[in-house]
This record gives sequence, C-alpha cells and structure tokens, in this order.
Amino acid sequence: MGSNMAECHPVAFRWPMRAKVNGAKIVHVDPRFTRTSAVADLHVPIRAGTDIAFLGGLINHVLNSPRWNSDPFFREYVLNYTNAATLINAEFRDTEDLAGRFSGLEPFEATPFWAYDAFVGTYRNDTWQYDRGGGAPGATMGTQGQMAAGRPANTEQSGEAPGGRPPGTPGGAGQPRGAAARPPGAQRPAAPGVPTSPGIPGGLGAGFDPLVRSLLQPAARTDPTLQDPRCVFQIVKRHFSRYTPEMVELVCGSPKEKFLKLADWLLENSGRERTSAFAYAVAWTQHTYGVQMISCCALLQLLLGNMGRPGGGIMALRGHAAIQGSTDVPTLYHSIHGYMSHPSALKKHDTLYDYLTTETTPTGYWANLPKFMVSYLKSFYGDNATPENDFGYDWHPKIVGDHSHMAMFAAMADGKVKGMFCIGQNPATSLNAKLERAGLRRLEWLVVKDNWLTETATHWYTAPEVKDGTVKVEDIQTEVFFFPSTQIGEYDGSFTNTQRMLQWHFMAARAPGDCRTDTWFYYNLGKRLKKLYADSTLPRDQGWKATLWDYDPEPGTEPLYPGEPDARKLLRELNGYQTGDPSRHLPGFAALKDDGSTTCASWIYCGCYPAPDRNLTASRVPDPPGRPGAQLGWGFAWPANRRVMYNRASADPAGNPWSERKRWVWWDGAKWTGYDVPDFGATTPPTKPANPGAIGLDALAGTDPFIMMADGKGHLFVPTGLVDGPLPTHYEPAESPVRNAIYPAQQTSPVLKYWKRADNPLAGIGDPRYPHVVTTYRLTEHYLSGSMSRWLPWLSELQPEFFIEIGTALAEEKGIRNLDRVRISSPRGVIHAKALVTNRIGVLDVGGRKVHHVGMPWHWGWMGLSTGDPGNTLTSFVGDPNVSIHEGKAFVCNVEKA
Amino acid sequence: MAGGRALPILGQAPPRQESATGGPTAEPMGFFTDTTLCIGCKACEVACKNWNQLPASDGGVGELSGMSYDNTRRLDGIHWRHVKFIEQFPQPYDGRWLLMSDVCKHCVQAGCLEVCPTGAIIRTEFDTVVIQSDVCNGCRACIAACPFGVIDLNPAAGTAQKCTLCYDRISVGLEPACSKACPTDSIQFGTIAELRARARRRVADLQAAGVSEAYLYGADPEGPLGGLNAFFLLIDEPEVYGLPRDPKLPSRNLTESAALSTAGAVALGVLGAVGLRKRRMDEQAAAHGEPDAPPPGAGSPAAPPAGPPRPPGGSSPPGPPPSAGGPPPPPGAGGAGP
Repeated sequence: MGSNMAECHPVAFRWPMRAKVNGAKIVHVDPRFTRTSAVADLHVPIRAGTDIAFLGGLINHVLNSPRWNSDPFFREYVLNYTNAATLINAEFRDTEDLAGRFSGLEPFEATPFWAYDAFVGTYRNDTWQYDRGGGAPGATMGTQGQMAAGRPANTEQSGEAPGGRPPGTPGGAGQPRGAAARPPGAQRPAAPGVPTSPGIPGGLGAGFDPLVRSLLQPAARTDPTLQDPRCVFQIVKRHFSRYTPEMVELVCGSPKEKFLKLADWLLENSGRERTSAFAYAVAWTQHTYGVQMISCCALLQLLLGNMGRPGGGIMALRGHAAIQGSTDVPTLYHSIHGYMSHPSALKKHDTLYDYLTTETTPTGYWANLPKFMVSYLKSFYGDNATPENDFGYDWHPKIVGDHSHMAMFAAMADGKVKGMFCIGQNPATSLNAKLERAGLRRLEWLVVKDNWLTETATHWYTAPEVKDGTVKVEDIQTEVFFFPSTQIGEYDGSFTNTQRMLQWHFMAARAPGDCRTDTWFYYNLGKRLKKLYADSTLPRDQGWKATLWDYDPEPGTEPLYPGEPDARKLLRELNGYQTGDPSRHLPGFAALKDDGSTTCASWIYCGCYPAPDRNLTASRVPDPPGRPGAQLGWGFAWPANRRVMYNRASADPAGNPWSERKRWVWWDGAKWTGYDVPDFGATTPPTKPANPGAIGLDALAGTDPFIMMADGKGHLFVPTGLVDGPLPTHYEPAESPVRNAIYPAQQTSPVLKYWKRADNPLAGIGDPRYPHVVTTYRLTEHYLSGSMSRWLPWLSELQPEFFIEIGTALAEEKGIRNLDRVRISSPRGVIHAKALVTNRIGVLDVGGRKVHHVGMPWHWGWMGLSTGDPGNTLTSFVGDPNVSIHEGKAFVCNVEKA
Repeated sequence: MAGGRALPILGQAPPRQESATGGPTAEPMGFFTDTTLCIGCKACEVACKNWNQLPASDGGVGELSGMSYDNTRRLDGIHWRHVKFIEQFPQPYDGRWLLMSDVCKHCVQAGCLEVCPTGAIIRTEFDTVVIQSDVCNGCRACIAACPFGVIDLNPAAGTAQKCTLCYDRISVGLEPACSKACPTDSIQFGTIAELRARARRRVADLQAAGVSEAYLYGADPEGPLGGLNAFFLLIDEPEVYGLPRDPKLPSRNLTESAALSTAGAVALGVLGAVGLRKRRMDEQAAAHGEPDAPPPGAGSPAAPPAGPPRPPGGSSPPGPPPSAGGPPPPPGAGGAGP
C-alpha cells in the first residue's frame, strides 16, 4: 500500500518477486492497476487518500477475528511487547467522544518571528499521557514534561508545534510509532558476525547522569488483563469499532469481497510460523495525515506480531540512493545528525544543559543523548569545543520555525528569502508550480547545480509566464549561477539505501568538462566562508571561525578533482574517532562519551568505519548460499550493522524463537545470539525485571524489545511524538469530492498545515467545478522532475510525452478518445496533456457516488527531450502537521477535452 | 548472389545449421523469458541499447503511442529488446496486464540465415544467429524472411540488425546485457538444456499454484523451427503476445509456390514471395485452430486455456481498450515488423 514498488523501486522489487516464486502472495492496494498490480496475486482498488479507513478496517477485522482471539501467540506478543496494557489518563477523550477530535485541541498562535508554520490548529497532549498514578490528570507529566515515548515528531522537534510541551515546561519528547522520523533501535556496536562484549557499557558517563536521572518519572499503571476501559487495548478497540468492511467500502470504494480476501490472507499469514510485511513509499507520506497512515500500519503490524521479526515489519521505500542518508546526516531543517532535534529558538534550548534537559528521554536508549550530542559538537568545533564553553553549543545555529520546502517558498514569494542553493531539486516544476516560480523570481541570487539546464535554471527566460509575456525578463532581478554537476558514478563516496545500509561506491568514470561533486561544492564554499569571516569580531561569525573544516586529501595524495575533499575522511568524521587522534576510529556508538573525549558527527553511523583499514561500507561478502543469514558482511546497516531492528521481538518473552521457521535472534542461556546483530543488551537475560528507578536501558525489562522507546514497548497508542493525535483517524484530504463519512463534523485533520494565501486557493467539499480525484505518481522510465531522465534519449523515447490516465467511463462521459489532448484544471492552475484511456484506472462507488480517478505522472517540464506541462501546476501548499510534507497523492481536478 | 552460400530454398532445412564462427562449438545458449515475472521496467531495452550503442528513435523526441506503456512499439534495427504491454480489462480494475520482453528467437532453423544472400547472417558456436554488419548489404531479404518480425534496418548503419545475444559478451563469459539488467529474472540466460529444464519446472510450479494456462512457447526441439533458442513462458494464446502460432521457414512456405521457386530466384522475387507468405502466415496465425498449431502447454489445441476473461475476439493486442480507441488492430499484429 502507498507504493508502486515494481515501477518505482524495480531493482528492490527483485526480492518480492523472488518471494513470490517461493510461494509468497503479493497484494497491491492502489487507486490504479499498475505494473505492481500486474504481478500481484490480488489488486484492491482504493480511493486515493483513504488508507487510514482501509487500515483501520483491517485493525477492526483482526481484533474481532476468531483467529486473533484464539491463537495465544497474538495475545502473548501484544501483551508483552506493546503498550496495550498501559492505562491512559482519565481525561483523555477519543475522536469517538468528540466527533472527530481528540482532547486538547487549541487554536494555533503563530510566533512573532516566523509566519510560515501554517498550522490550522494545534493539540496540547497532556490528556494523552500514560496514567502514572497519584496526582491529578496533567500532573503525570513528570518533572520536565518528558513523556512515555521518547522522540518528537519533526514539527515538535523543531519547536513550531507545541506537541508534548505543556505551557511553562520545556519541549516535549515523543516518537512517531512507525513514522519516517523514527530513529533506529540501537544499542551496541558489533562487527559483522563477530561476538561482541556485553552490550551497554556499564552505565552512562558520569557527566550528565544526574541530569538524565532528574528526568525520571513514576512508572505507568497497567492492566495485564486488558479489560480496563482506560487501557490502550480497549481504547484502540473502541476507536476502530466503526471501521467495518461496509464502512471501508463506503469510504474507500474498495469492494468488500476484495477487502475481506486481503484481510483473511493477512491473518492467515501472521503468527508464530509466518510473518507479513508492508511496503510503502511516498504515497503514504504525501498527505495531510501521512505520518498517521504509517502509524496505523505499525499499529496493525504490532497487533499481528509482525514487528522485529524476519519477513515482517514495514518497509519504507525511500529514494534510490541517499534519501535515507539525507535524513541520517540531514539536509532536513528540524534535525541534526542521527535524528537529534535541531536546536530551536522556540524551545528551552538556551544552553547545552537546557537542550539536553529538554530533549533527553531518561529511560530507553535515548538516555544516551548527551553522549551523542557532545560527540557531535566535538565534530563540529574540534578543539574549540570544551566543557567550559558548553562544547561550542552557543555557536550552533538555531531555527525559528518551519523551514521546510513549502514554508520557505511561501516566504520566498513574499520576498523574505535572499538567496537559494538549489541542488538536486527542480522547484520551477514543483508544488503549485506558479507559486514556486513566483518565489524564485523574488530571489536576489540563485545557484543551480545540476546535470542539465533544468526548468529552475532557465525559468527566468523559459517559464510559461515569461513566454506568454505575463512576466518580463527584465523585471526579474535574480542573479542565476549554474554549476555543472557530476553523476554518482563519477566520484567516491557512500550512499545509504532504504534498508539503512551504507554502501561505498567507487568512481567509475571521470566527469566531463568542469563538472564537480556536491561535496566539492560545499567543502569549498565552507572554506571560502571561513576565510571570509576569519577576521570578523562579530559574535554571530565566531561559529564559522570555530568550525573544524579540514578534509583535504593527505599530502601527496591526488584528489579526484581539483579541490575535491577526501571522501574517506568524511566517512571517518561520521564514524567518529578518539578526540585528538583521528587514526583511532571508534568501534561503535557504545564507545561514545559525554566528556568530549570522543568525536563523532553522526552516532548512528558509528561503527561503519571502525579502523583506518576497515571501511565496512565497502565490504561485499555475501552469506554462503542455502543457509539462513542476515548478510552481515554486505555493506553496513546502521545501527551497529543490524538488519532487522527491534529483533529481540523475534524471540518469545522467554527468549526462545517464536518458531523454528522464523528463528532470527534468541537467548542461549548466557547471551543473545542468532543470525543478526541482536538489538538488545547482549547479556541482559529475558528474566531481568524493569527497574523504574534506573536510567537508560537499565530501566527496561528483559522482555522490552523496543529499546528506543522510553518504556521499551511498541506503541499502539502514541502519547507523545505525533502532533495530530495518539491514534490514526480517518480524515478526508484537504480537497475531496465527498464528506467525511466517519466524522461528518470534522472533514479534515484539525491540525493540518495550510499556507492560506491568494495564490494557493483550495476547492471546497464536493466543489462541482472540480469533481474528480487526481493522484500523482512516477513512472519507471523517468526520475522525479525528469531532471535526470528527460534529457536522455534512451529514456525519453520510452515515455516521450506528458500524459494523464483516465478511465473509460470518464472518457465516455467527456467524449475523450485515447490520445486526445485534454485540459486539466485545479483551483491553482490549468495544464494540458494527452489522455491515455484505460481500464487500469476508473470509477469507484463511494457512498453511492461515482468518483472518477485521474492519474497524473509529474515528471514533466518544458526543457529536455521529453517535454510537457508540469503536473505540479495543480498541487497546493497543504501539508502534514508532523513533517510538513505536501499532499500530492489526493486532491481534486476537472478534465475536459481540449 | 553476392555470397558463397547456397540458398536452401527448396527442400527441408537441416535440423541444425552448422556453426560458422570457426571456433570450437560451445553448448547452445539462449534466453528463457518468463513473462509472469516481467514488471515492464524496460531495463532490458535500455541495457541493450547501452551495451550495443543503439540510437533512440528520432534522438528520443517522439510522440505517445497510446498503446498502453509501450512507446517503442516493435523490435527493429535499433530496438533489439522490446517490452509489450497487453491490457486485458473488460471492466475497470478487473482484468490483467500482460507484460513481455520480446527479442530475436535465435531459431534453430533460422529463416533469416537461409535467405541471406551475402552470408552476413551466421550461426555461432553458441547456436545463436548473428548478422555481421560488415558483410550485410542491406538487401532486406532477412527482414521479410523472419516469421517474428524481429529484423529491420538500423538507419544509422544502413544494414539489417537485430539481437546478437550479446555475442561479444558471451564470447568472454559475460551474461547478455538484457538478462544481466533484468531485476526480476524474467529474462534468464544459460544453456538451452538448463533453461528448458528450469522452464519446465516453472510451468509445473505455476500450474500447481493454479495458473493452469502457463505453457512454454518455442521450447520444444520437435516443434516449429526446431525450437527457439530464445523461448518464452506465456499464459495466453501466442497471438495475444503478437507471436505466430506456427512460425514457418521461408523455404517451407515456398514449396507451395512452385512457379516462383523454379524461376530465376532473383533476390527480389524471393523477397516478394516471402513477404507475401509472411503476411498470409500472420493471417493464418491470427485465426485460431490451425491443424498444426502447437498446443498451448499440455492442453488441447482446440480448447483455449482457462484464464481471466478477455475482451471479445479472444485476444487483446497492445493498445487501448476497445471502447477507447476504435476497433483494435488485428490480433497478432503486435509483433510484426514494418
């Protein structure tokens, strides 16, 4: 669901196909019958944007099924490994009680310094918290507002969304249950296949221990019988009780018999002996409730006992090369390396002590945050970072709100952004494309680094509004710089794939002409800025002066390109080393200290390069054929080269494999062992009781597999971490032809992001001018905005023109024949395309109403060999409140013959 | 006649043409294309073009074909692999999408080789059929002789070209570019003996799993053309994939055209006859139930295999659904050359 894996991840789809040959069933739930559906055993059509109703239907079906209620496996897994038994605050009110809203909804008040956070409302999550006994509701917050979960959602991480932060207390912390922002299970370093010393080094470093200990709060109350109406299990059951197969059919338009077939297959294929996996991609993220879709799937997978086990889980299919890497070592605005929160002016982050107090979760593995943060600051500022100056924390930049794509372009269109480095993006064809181009035209300077002269590089003389005379070239004052870029085969480096696996790649060919790498660009830019500020006495420039910035190749070593840094030195910086001696690489993140004696840019990558002659990312040693294994010698998967996270859950509470067939990691009487690197204290016995008075992993029991969570449990109910509710709830997309059938009084998410402005209008519910649902997607033949494919003859001939796909019923209704030119409109704009008429997409019966789907690949622009209108002309600036991603998979349009 | 090779116009072709590459005869090699594993990614098309340095049509600037996701449309001199997209949807969301990567069949009895007047087309030590570009004079005889419509002129070279089964790669122990690039192993390369055994197992597995319509096309050494060294696993009638039910050698066709065969047999005449016969053969192939048609799989030739419902006509060529784009092109036309 939420993925067209065969088309968009064809190389990875090798493995599902191999599983299919071995007897596995593939089910594809999608508004279109795609190349993935073509090889699936079952295709279930669904109205775009209604995945939570569908998944909620599966949850309800599972919870009421005879199999789930009779096989003791499910209860044992759920009772021991999830927070099903935990009691929630008595003041909590579900959407079922409040007609589609959770308790705690408030108006959003923008901060004085940044007007682009765009929330339409906000939740205070006091009432969503665990019941920790004693004290009035709301007093269960703990000393510093620290919650049960562990890590915040992105917007909460950046400070713009209050999330778990009650007034007067520092920022909250929590973690999305299964969301993109979730950091990994992590705990001890290990070389592939090499037994390691006992896991957690004997306790946390002394320096910040008292701080961490001060954050402890009383243990939550539980009801192991799962009968208490306030326990998570009962709340979940009630919450989804109306998501029946009939409701699924009504909301999603999915035929009941197909839905039930899928539900039965899923149940049959889950349990001790079998596991089922979900794969999703951006079709689950690009919504105003995308994080909740993924969270809903995580809830379902936890109920089915499919988490932390081989063949189970949720596969987030990310970009082909380093999209995973770009969040690990982030180009994101809200986090710094290793999923630590970016220091924010909106939170109690004034000093390092404040930051750690606000951000540290005292129990679970995130209790080690001080070590990660101090080692990171040492990497940033080197010898200039000392205990006396908070390891240079004051030099670190802080953010003031949402600085994500849409927020920045909204600000840009208002003339509030001076310059932009545009690298690996093509915003001239991006969301609400006319608005983004209006933003580009307000820049003083624009740097584009790409392989070809993209639409963004040439918008000032090739954009439609320039061609038609609406905008005059001479009125655009932007100075545009173009830097020709290398391709991935033209330099050394690592990329991180969707399995969190770092793989080294070697230069295969020299780049033509004067093309340079992105590392060259930023490295040399940094060098020049350091030089520029070298003599400055201004306080704001001191950070630049203090920054450690030396990745030149060793003397006598020829750089790949003139001025190119040494990629191995960059990897060493990420891996970490003993402060003062870069030749002593760190073996893993258990070696990190909070006293400045270790230097490590990204704690999660620690261990990938444990010695100068051991670059594990370049390792290519497969397991011998015919034996079960985790391929630990192939590349390096963070954290600690684990391939299945939270794999303690692959064994039962006593530590034995759930079944021989699904054996993965188990307790051998003295230690955890198995095919994978165990994701648990190496010698922590299954019998160890929880110790609520301790910090870090010492607080958790030997049966708590989810060690990154403060309570070691998988969260069915998410008390903190998600800013839009502790449970997934069906809402309609920001634009929809129908009313919310589950909560008629609450059409859309009450806290979604909408950048309300004249150039970003939205259609009302059921607007007759825009009666069809349009969904966007990629084709195998092109890549993203086409900037890597539309210039290539071999790819362009495969998909030479922009087209939309419409069903035969809509075609008949509108008198459109195959290949006719059509006009597609949304409140944001009008584009033209050729129509591909097909029964692979069509009309769904949604509550008695026929809803036509329009499929629109969004690869095109006016430059290159294969050209066409940008599909994104029609999309809008609305987004998910957790992560600020846009809603590109479900909105409305009209189609007419041109 | 430009070449030294005698044209075996009359009489039966030898069961196996001799290797002409001079090297030691290796084991016959070929492709097994399992269409049930194809995801239509076209990596084979691009890998082929990349390795063989074939140009894109019109430099890559073209128009949407409207034939599902197929925009290269056919095998020809610059498209040596071609992925077909066959939509079979009587109702919205209700049907199937057959995907198939087509290629030169490297026939054990190859019509193109028979008719080539210059000896440019040879049989290699791997039992594959290769056109030597430097010997080809562009006479087009082979184009008409191929019952599968595989060959055409490469406009850049001015000679007839087609898949070489990556002769240059397999000669040095490498796998052909297309099968190497295929992410799902829909295209498998190996010795014919091994591939046939593997293919038979796969058919048995599929049938056991309920895909009763699965069968092999071209894997039978006793079948037409002595078997194909590039054979296929299909789940619908051959014509649905644009494949002739009973491909024939031009020599065999010509035995019926006594007048022409006894004439001077100038190349042009041969060409015309072959072309005529080919069209008729296609027409015959399009009509079901030829007496000598190979049975699909183990089933009876008369009974169409059980399977998902198909649009009227019994087959659906690549292209838009009937209701969308007017009458569908004739069955079997999908794979025909120009």
